[in-house]
Amino acid sequence: MPETLLEIRDLAKSFPARGKGNAAVQAVADVRLTLKRGETLGLVGESGCGKSSLSRLILSLMEPDSGTVVIDGEDFLGASVQRKRLMRRRIQIVFQDALSSLNPRMTVGMNIAEPMRLQGLGSARERDGEARRLLDLVGLRASDAERYPHEFSGGQCQRIAIARALVLKPDIIVFDEAVSALDVSIRAQILRLILDLQTEFGLSYIFISHDLGVVRRICDRIAVMYLGRIVEIGPAQPVCEAPRHPYTEALLRAIPIADPRRMRVEELGLIQGDGFGSPKPEACAFEPRCPHRFAPCSVKRPTLIPVGDHHEAACFLNDRSQRKGDS
Amino acid sequence: MTPDAEIALAVSDLRTRFGGDRSGATVVDGVSFSLKRGRTTALVGESGSGKSATALSLLRLIDAPGRIIGGEIRLGGENLLSLDETEMEAVRGAKIGMIFQDPLTSLNPALTIGKQIAEVLLAHKDVSRAEAEARAVELLTHVGVANAALRVNDYPHHFSGGMRQRVLIAMAISCSPQIIIADEPTTALDVTIQAKILRLLHDLQQEMRASLLLITHDLGVVAAMADEVLVMYAGRIVERADVDTLFHAPQHPYTKALLACVTDIGGDRSVPLEPILGTAPDLKQQQVGCRFAPRCPAVQDFCRREDPCLMALSDRQEVACLVVQRERNLMAPADA
Ligand SMILES: Nc1ncnc2c1ncn2[C@@H]1O[C@H](COP(=O)(O)OP(=O)(O)OP(=O)(O)O)[C@@H](O)[C@H]1O
Ligand SMILES: Nc1ncnc2c1ncn2[C@@H]1O[C@H](COP(=O)(O)OP(=O)(O)OP(=O)(O)O)[C@@H](O)[C@H]1O
Ligand SMILES: [Mg+2]
Ligand SMILES: [Mg+2]
Repeated sequence: MPETLLEIRDLAKSFPARGKGNAAVQAVADVRLTLKRGETLGLVGESGCGKSSLSRLILSLMEPDSGTVVIDGEDFLGASVQRKRLMRRRIQIVFQDALSSLNPRMTVGMNIAEPMRLQGLGSARERDGEARRLLDLVGLRASDAERYPHEFSGGQCQRIAIARALVLKPDIIVFDEAVSALDVSIRAQILRLILDLQTEFGLSYIFISHDLGVVRRICDRIAVMYLGRIVEIGPAQPVCEAPRHPYTEALLRAIPIADPRRMRVEELGLIQGDGFGSPKPEACAFEPRCPHRFAPCSVKRPTLIPVGDHHEAACFLNDRSQRKGDS
Repeated sequence: MTPDAEIALAVSDLRTRFGGDRSGATVVDGVSFSLKRGRTTALVGESGSGKSATALSLLRLIDAPGRIIGGEIRLGGENLLSLDETEMEAVRGAKIGMIFQDPLTSLNPALTIGKQIAEVLLAHKDVSRAEAEARAVELLTHVGVANAALRVNDYPHHFSGGMRQRVLIAMAISCSPQIIIADEPTTALDVTIQAKILRLLHDLQQEMRASLLLITHDLGVVAAMADEVLVMYAGRIVERADVDTLFHAPQHPYTKALLACVTDIGGDRSVPLEPILGTAPDLKQQQVGCRFAPRCPAVQDFCRREDPCLMALSDRQEVACLVVQRERNLMAPADA
């Protein structure tokens, strides 16, 4: 089995209440994950479930309430300022809206080389050379280094953002909805690029999306998040073909299949209610929306238990002892 | 479903230009299609192919210096392109309801939801303000907004993305239009909310027996919703077919390439992703030959010289590809 590169230990983060009468939002709750070298882990869940919050915690762009992140056996969040700066080189992020994550007043070349400058690496010439090399690698022209971000299309900006994420030769890249806004054909180009780069450099990825279809296509393992918690995690195929949590099941049925013989609008699955607000602390967070809820769901919170090979789910339906009590 | 459903709107040879006469580009270039009563027609194609420009042209909402430079849009007995602005104003909203691409910017942030819906009714129907506001509550309830009687007093920023989309749908159907145009109605939404909005649009359309023109680049959405599909590339319709034929017997190389980019949950992981290489042509330049030729895996010499037009392969399918047309021994019309 390949070695563990990244370990996320019990990360939690809540945000104070916004507006009157609202409770604090538990954006990330006790999340535990590992990422192996060369692996792609997908993170899916509906809008607001805490995917971006989790990625910001992993990158140490935000302080957690508790928990930590370990890179190659070394505590990242707890590292000294200097050490942390060095460790930052190893983990990079690409956001959904690439254009707004690029500095409009800097040339594309300077944008790509900016992380090097911040890390005090290389001369201006060397940085420019590196930017040009990377532009070529992501399928743009070296001469594009002299142009400005607004002169590029959405898909091209995404390539520029990927080039920037590569400039420090990281081991891990987090893609936060990095292809969601792209047109299908451009999306296929970017996914192909991401996969090719992985093969070439042995990179590890965390790939965040609300679209299980895209995630299925490129991930080895998938983690499904609901209201801040991982509710199911396992190899891509069993999670997509034999899900063991009703939320995963519902999410899968909500995705239209590009084949009119297999799915028409009448068969699109609808999940009742919405995933906002604060769940009862002593219940399953999905209980109010769950079509299979039974006695224990409203009084106890299920934890992740093994349901298959490297496959875990947090649902009492998988728990014999709970089901016996029910019938 | 009868094959010869009643035609609700017929577009022929529509041409729309953006920018000045010399510097501009004809981004809708000879588009013809019809919308049928009680049916959903999907308009697909990559970003920039002219889908929104086509939709906006149907409502004559192209801002100067852009303009419609030719064609005909028949609704009932009228050609919309020969109406004056007051007559056209009566068509918008009342006969053709539109859900725009960007739900955030198409609502007025300073006006309550109820007032915005009421405005549409006041503009087109002979109703009092009180009646219009009462109807707004009914419409919101109809599109699935809970506690509508209270929520009408909220402002757009109090609503989530999915809820705002419901408000826009309520506005679009408020005058029971025969035609509903929805431009990427779910692209900004997450899959679970998308499923609800698609179901809502479908149910409303069935109930009103309206024609729905659904613009999207998501082929999953097309497969779920459409009866008929129009594939657009660089300002032209390159293929038209019923939904089953389009997915199972596509003919245009661009349609085939588009289908090869699909990353849905039903997809076969062992088939490699095949992105379409290259980019769409710059329409500011004069186009010679087929517009897809530079990216086409099936390109022949004549494709770079001759401009293909849409020809029927059967009563379920039309394609604008010279290679396909020659294989089937279809002759170009005498005037081409
Ligand atoms: N800075 C913040 N202050 C207060 N609440 C926040 C903040 N950032 C996020 N939240 C809340 O935390 C929850 C999780 O948000 P997050 O952005 O992580 O979700 P997400 O899964 O990335 O959603 P999306 O798919 O829409 O990007 C949401 O309820 C959100 O409103
Ligand atoms: N107001 C405008 N002025 C000038 N050019 C425009 C304007 N609006 C659109 N265009 C251009 O017209 C072409 C067609 O644009 P359109 O918005 O119709 O594309 P689309 O198919 O709807 O794309 P998308 O999927 O990105 O919404 C594009 O090349 C675009 O850049
Ligand atoms: Mg997010
Ligand atoms: Mg558009």
